[in-house]
Amino acid sequence: MTLNGWLQIALYCVLLTLLVKPLGGYMTRVFNGEKTFLSPALKPLETGIYRLCGVREAEEQHWVTYAIAMLAFTFAGFVVLYGLQRLQAVLPFNPQHLDPVAPDLAFNTSVSFVTNTNWQSYTPESTMSDLVQMAGLTVHNFVSAATGIALALALIRGFARRSAKTVGNFWVDLIRCTFYVLMPICIVAGLFMVWQGVPQNLGAYTAVTTLEGGKQLIAQGPVASQEAIKMLGTNGGGFFNANSSHPFENPTALTNLLQMLLIFSIGAALTNVFGRMVGSQRQGWAIFAVMAVLFLAGVATLYASEAAGNTLLAHLPLDHAAGNMEGKEVRFGIANSALFATITTDASCGAVNTMHDSLTPIGGMVPMLNIMLGEIIFGGVGSGLYGMLLFVIVAMFVAGLMVGRTPEYLGKKLEAKEVKMAMLGILILPLSMLGFTALAVVIPPGVSALANAGPHGFSEALYAYTSATGNNGSAFAGLSANTPFWNSTLGLAMFIGRFLMIVPMLAVAGSLAAKKIVPVSAGTFPTDGGLFVGLVVGVILITGGLTFLPSLALGPIVEQLAMHAGTTY
Amino acid sequence: MLQHIRPAIMMIVLMTILTGLAYPLAMTGIAQLIFPWQANGSLITRDGKVIGSALIGQNFTSEKYFHGRPSATTDTDPNDASKTIPAPYNADNSGGSNLGPTSKALVDRITADTNKLAAENPGTKVPMDLVTTSASGLDPDISPAAALFQVPRIAKARNLPPERVRALVEAHIQGRIAGFIGEPRVNVLALNMALDALPAT
Repeated sequence: MTLNGWLQIALYCVLLTLLVKPLGGYMTRVFNGEKTFLSPALKPLETGIYRLCGVREAEEQHWVTYAIAMLAFTFAGFVVLYGLQRLQAVLPFNPQHLDPVAPDLAFNTSVSFVTNTNWQSYTPESTMSDLVQMAGLTVHNFVSAATGIALALALIRGFARRSAKTVGNFWVDLIRCTFYVLMPICIVAGLFMVWQGVPQNLGAYTAVTTLEGGKQLIAQGPVASQEAIKMLGTNGGGFFNANSSHPFENPTALTNLLQMLLIFSIGAALTNVFGRMVGSQRQGWAIFAVMAVLFLAGVATLYASEAAGNTLLAHLPLDHAAGNMEGKEVRFGIANSALFATITTDASCGAVNTMHDSLTPIGGMVPMLNIMLGEIIFGGVGSGLYGMLLFVIVAMFVAGLMVGRTPEYLGKKLEAKEVKMAMLGILILPLSMLGFTALAVVIPPGVSALANAGPHGFSEALYAYTSATGNNGSAFAGLSANTPFWNSTLGLAMFIGRFLMIVPMLAVAGSLAAKKIVPVSAGTFPTDGGLFVGLVVGVILITGGLTFLPSLALGPIVEQLAMHAGTTY
Repeated sequence: MLQHIRPAIMMIVLMTILTGLAYPLAMTGIAQLIFPWQANGSLITRDGKVIGSALIGQNFTSEKYFHGRPSATTDTDPNDASKTIPAPYNADNSGGSNLGPTSKALVDRITADTNKLAAENPGTKVPMDLVTTSASGLDPDISPAAALFQVPRIAKARNLPPERVRALVEAHIQGRIAGFIGEPRVNVLALNMALDALPAT
């Protein structure tokens, strides 16, 4: 580790913290339907869309209606995306004349993009036409992100409202989020990226004769527009196979810094939206603090492990101070690679600027553990906050047990129904992550896809189902996942991880909204101080630790020991 | 339930038009207008011919050129479409080696490459980035140490004084942005083009 590396990490933390209040304030105004500086330009567009779709802006929805609207919209998106891929050969904007996408792959990719996962079993530049990239994948980068944010708003309203029957209007939240929040930021960020070198064109790939006389076919396309929303919406699906390590997706240290800020910006700002809506920004900052503690612990571990390098090479006459550079880019080095890998898995982004498969064992365990904990550390847009609030409910329940009082949070009594639903939402994740992994490592169609032998092969399978269930989308990418077995089981895992968590969460929102506010008394546990932060961090780590430690022991932990013992596979 | 069908279908159609077509096409238009060179892939021409992109690394194997990092990219085997063959710096199929730290293939490859390079420049520690594959397989850069490491070989192959080659490398080092953001690096293609342009002595 170097001082310069830590300076860059510190710069990132400062910039992110500075973004929280302004962006949080702006988003609060947008979602409360107040006027913003963009309203004169966007209000006519917004009302026009409502009229065309038959949506009444002022009409609010019960949580069940909200959930059905979300599911109907997601299903319609799934069908269109599947169709576009199957028909790409006869549709326009296909300059490389690519064939239709195979059914199992089209299924996997459609689930992947509507669930905000962006797991990619395919090599984009040689599989997807420009039309699919734009009218299919970019669209879902926007709407799956907006859907996540809308769902978080429903839960926030559950805490903020008293004796209410409704949690908002899904369609209105979706449209406002897309056009007032996501698109303006993407236009500015996308153009910044073009300035730095990210291509934005619709031409065919460029064939060149290199300086040495070799041939090179340079893949290009409308990259910057997708890149911006890919990061901001914590989608993570790359235009190219190498994702954000590709020099066309992420050409400089400045685009790298911007991309990392985009990933966390909305997740961090939502803590402030939460604070403002429940009437105390301090409550938001307490949640922010829980996330920040877990984030810094992850960065420090990953950075230290990568800087220490691969001990199996220690006897060679190499410059070992450079750390583990396998699968990393020179312009990012160790610090920016470690930082990016932590951020992308704390959030449900899954974009990568370093190949996670080639991280050192403990370095590779950090991204896995980040996803296993539920991607609640700033998290996926929306999903990070609602996942974190489920943990808060459980933590308050634990606190209530310790003092023998009915737990409450923000004046809402947490009763059997909320705690049960929160536990259900949390437990569905390990069931899918560990269950599918156990299946894949004992049957031949599962095992045959692993690229590495020994414990690292197990880690590849564990990472895949963890990433899919967590809707992350990054991978230990040596895995040959483009087979019917992997495409379909990973598709199922993505579906389970998204919707089987959302439905209990919305039930909590609806049930909370209906409750009265209990006045603060001397026995109320303060939820904006250090004790609260410590308690929530503890509950998250204990839940995650107990659930996942055995599987991590079989993968990265035993691999770390093997590496130190000089064993190769 | 039924009242959701119309908004669901209309919303996905409108979103496809607005975020899937209008947004990327408008961005393409603006980008082409204000940053045309970058928007078209930062292509470099020499003698009227496009010879590559400033951002995409190329495969250099000749003694006379600075070498980039090892690249793990592959291509389809022309004899058997179900197999792949190594194809370094294939800009149509980016990717890394994805070898884990305890992989025998990784340790063997790095050991062989390190021993070869150590023999080329004895007494100097081999820079890590010269024996490790990049994440994209298209890394356009090497570290300053990796460029300086190759100076003796280039000077010999081109029959140039080493200090001239070293000065050229030093002129091509891009430092950290604002002194601390990113890592210092040397763009291999730019350096090799400058090498070709050096007047012979």
